[in-house]
Amino acid sequence: MLIDLVARRSALALIVVLAARTAFAQTGPAVLPSQFEFAGSWAPLATEDVQNDSVPVDYLGLALTEEGRTRALSYDESQKAMIERQCQGWGAAYVVLGPFGLRTSSQSDPRTNRVASYTIDAWEDWMTMTIWMDDRPRPSANALHTQAGFTTGRWEGGALAARTTHLKAGFIRKTGVPLSDQATIDWRFFRHGDVLTVLMVARDPVYLAEPEVVSKSFRLSKTPLDYRDPCVTGFEGREPGDSVPHFPPDQNPFLDEFMKLYNLPREAVLGYRDTLYPEYRKTIKDTYVPPPPCTADCGVAGNFVRRR
Amino acid sequence: MRRSLVAAAVIVTAFSAVAVPVSVQAQRQGGVPPRSARDAAPIDLTGYWVAYVTENWRYRMVTPAKGEYRRIPVSPAAVPIVNAWDPLADERAGNQCKSYGAGGIMSVPGRLHITWQDADTLRIDTDAGTQTRLFRFTARASSSGTPPTWQGESLARWEAVAAPDRGGSLSVVTSNLRAGYLRKNGVPYSERATVSEHFDLAALADGGELLLVNTIVEDPVYLNAPYVVSPHFKREPDGSKWDPTPCSSTW
Repeated sequence: MLIDLVARRSALALIVVLAARTAFAQTGPAVLPSQFEFAGSWAPLATEDVQNDSVPVDYLGLALTEEGRTRALSYDESQKAMIERQCQGWGAAYVVLGPFGLRTSSQSDPRTNRVASYTIDAWEDWMTMTIWMDDRPRPSANALHTQAGFTTGRWEGGALAARTTHLKAGFIRKTGVPLSDQATIDWRFFRHGDVLTVLMVARDPVYLAEPEVVSKSFRLSKTPLDYRDPCVTGFEGREPGDSVPHFPPDQNPFLDEFMKLYNLPREAVLGYRDTLYPEYRKTIKDTYVPPPPCTADCGVAGNFVRRR
Repeated sequence: MRRSLVAAAVIVTAFSAVAVPVSVQAQRQGGVPPRSARDAAPIDLTGYWVAYVTENWRYRMVTPAKGEYRRIPVSPAAVPIVNAWDPLADERAGNQCKSYGAGGIMSVPGRLHITWQDADTLRIDTDAGTQTRLFRFTARASSSGTPPTWQGESLARWEAVAAPDRGGSLSVVTSNLRAGYLRKNGVPYSERATVSEHFDLAALADGGELLLVNTIVEDPVYLNAPYVVSPHFKREPDGSKWDPTPCSSTW
């Protein structure tokens, strides 16, 4: 009787110990599918400052060529008031630079039933972007360049890798930092659970001295996103035939505004390459003076800051 | 009597089995010992990496204004702490590493040196703040009672893409953290925070490589929602630019 009791309890103890041994043993790799479900609605997680579009002449985090800097300094936001530019829209980079979520879908080849393409649906000022997955050749360099460009993709290491070419000349920041029609963008779409992280690496031999790398995360939305409102033009103070608003680059009246707002070094605000690396911090350590304590909009989660 | 003998045999056999290491059991059974995490790695993270600060520049490369916590979903409980931030008091109290804890260290501009400390422990050293993170692939016995630390305890797991494709990701969950800052200017996370990270690689067109660290900080005390950032690093050929510097609460 006694030994039966001991046996039962020992067996129970054994189960616990074996279970613990299993749990504490080396945890082998989890196996991921080589592809994930990309189609769906992805709501933006706006906890990273990727847009920087609230104050003119903010080129922080960019490595610009002299030509890029000059073009950017000549930009006047009033251009967007011109009726022919109001719905000009933003380029492919706006996937990660813009404030919107992504609504994506897949299209199958009816002959093979395999995914032939993915699309990221348009929103008010952004064109639908198609990622071709059917190994089609890239068009001629002289083919039409558009805001969305031409994009091909493939699955690579569990991520969706894509490349965009044939971009129409546009901007990589809403503050007027240009991106030429020779630019290319490499993308990686990573999915971990319900979080989609989009990594953008933009190269431009004309305006960027080094690639612009931006990542943005999205969470799978339980409700469909809907950004179908069309862009509508209206009179915003510029008559047809008016000149294109711009500044002589060395006379941009907003040159110092962002620098003064946050006591930032000029070379960083103007997008010099060296400012992107840790060594740069050491060069300003003894001269940088933090800005005065924040008193307004200190925790606004949106994209815009109040200009003092 | 017979049942008792069987039961006794079960006890002896069972505890004998438990006493034998898993690897030895595998060999006795003609199996292969479990591969170490180092051998099972679907991607190679080892080497030197430099932060490429193209995002959140104003929050990372310089100290932001006191009281600013833009884009961090702080709870009401955090606001008084944000507004009371005193870097000199932190320094005096020996808390100059508060912004170098696991909740914020990957966003601190600097270099990473990633190595295998042993077959089942990946080690990340940072030159900024001279910190060390240990990613253990084998769960340790309960760490309850272990004092929290800046880097906490990290349990890692590979996520490998099914054959015949190659590649994958490193998933890391860190807890048992000493309370720290998400940003240099005192935006807090508590000891109850957990940090979930995915380390992914992306090849660059010029032959280089990027390391993307998708980081989700959750804190029931000082955050209303997960705080998500994804700092990235460029691979460097060697450690010639490695420059360890101590923690600083003022810079």
